[in-house]
Amino acid sequence: MSEHGQPHISPLKTYYSVFGALMALTFVTVWVAFFDLGAFNILVAISIASFKAYVVVLYFMHVKYSPKIIGLTATAGFIWLLLMLALTVADFASRGWLPQGQPW
Amino acid sequence: MAEGHSHSPHLAHHFDSMEQQRESSSLGMWLFLAQEVMFFGGMFVAYAMYRFKYPEAFAVASGHLNIGWGAFNTAVLICSSLTMALAVRSAQLGDKKKIIQFLIATMLLAGVFLGVKGIEYTDKYHHHLVPGPSFEYTPDFDKYTVPVTAETAHPNFTGHVQLFYSFYFVMTGMHALHMVIGLGLMIWLIVKAKRNQFSTEYYAPVEMTGLYWHFVDIVWIYLFPLLYLVWRH
Repeated sequence: MSEHGQPHISPLKTYYSVFGALMALTFVTVWVAFFDLGAFNILVAISIASFKAYVVVLYFMHVKYSPKIIGLTATAGFIWLLLMLALTVADFASRGWLPQGQPW
Repeated sequence: MAEGHSHSPHLAHHFDSMEQQRESSSLGMWLFLAQEVMFFGGMFVAYAMYRFKYPEAFAVASGHLNIGWGAFNTAVLICSSLTMALAVRSAQLGDKKKIIQFLIATMLLAGVFLGVKGIEYTDKYHHHLVPGPSFEYTPDFDKYTVPVTAETAHPNFTGHVQLFYSFYFVMTGMHALHMVIGLGLMIWLIVKAKRNQFSTEYYAPVEMTGLYWHFVDIVWIYLFPLLYLVWRH
C-alpha cells in the first residue's frame, strides 16, 4: 500500500521481467538435471524452485507492496511446512537409534 | 454511517474504509493459502520420506515421465500466471475489456495444460503405470543407469515403483483439480466483469483469484522437478 492507501500498480516491465526470469530458470532447472551432481541435484532443483516461488510471491502476488502482516502470513505458511518436514525427518531418521523392546 | 458522508457502495458496513476492506480480504485469502500450503505440504512430506527410503525405485519410475511435456506445461503455467497478473493489473486500472481478454487467455492456457495432462495420463494408462491391479513394470536398468543395489533387487521393487506413481497421480491430480476450480472462478469473474461489477476501487474477486492462481502455479513449480527430474543424468 502506498501512503494514500491506494494499491500499488506495478509497471508492465516488472511483470515481463519476472516472467522472463521464471522462463529462464525453468530452462536452467531442466539443463542442470542432466549433470551428475550427486546429492546436490535435488538441492539445486529445490533451490531454483524456491527462488521461482519467491519472485512469484513478491511480484505476481504483490507481497512486496503489501502490508507487513501479509508477508508474515505467507512466511508463517512456509515455516509451518518446514516444521512438518523437519519433525517428520527427525522421527524417520532417528528410528532404530534406541534399542527397542517387544511391542505390547 | 449516520454522518451522511458519501462512501463507496462496495464498502461493507463492518469496515471503516475501502483500504481496510481490501487489506482484510487479502489477509483472509493469504490465511486460506497458508492452509493450502499445509494441504499440499502433507503430500510433499510423504513423498520426501518415501523418496528417501526408495531412491532407486523413484529414479526408475520418474524416468518414464516425459520431460518434454513436463517442461512444456511448466512454461504454459508460467505464461498463465503472467496473463493472470495482467488481468489483475487491468482491474486496478479499471480496463474492463482487458480484464476479460486476459482472463480468457489465462483460461486457454489452463486448457492447454490440462490437455497435456490428459495426454500424459492416457500414456501412463496404456503403459500399465496407473497404480492398481493392472500395474505392470519391467525394470530396464540399462536405460536409466540406475545401479543395481539391494533395493533394485528387492522382491517388491515393482511395488516401490508403483508407490511413485501413486504420488504422481494424487499430487498432479489434486493440482489439476485446483486448476479446474480456478477455471470456474474465472468464468464467474468474466460474468461479473461483463455486468460492470468491477471498478478501480472494487476488484477484490479478481485480485483474490489471482492470488489463488499464482499459488497453483507455485505448487507446479515444485512438482515439476520433484516428479520429472529425479534421475536424468
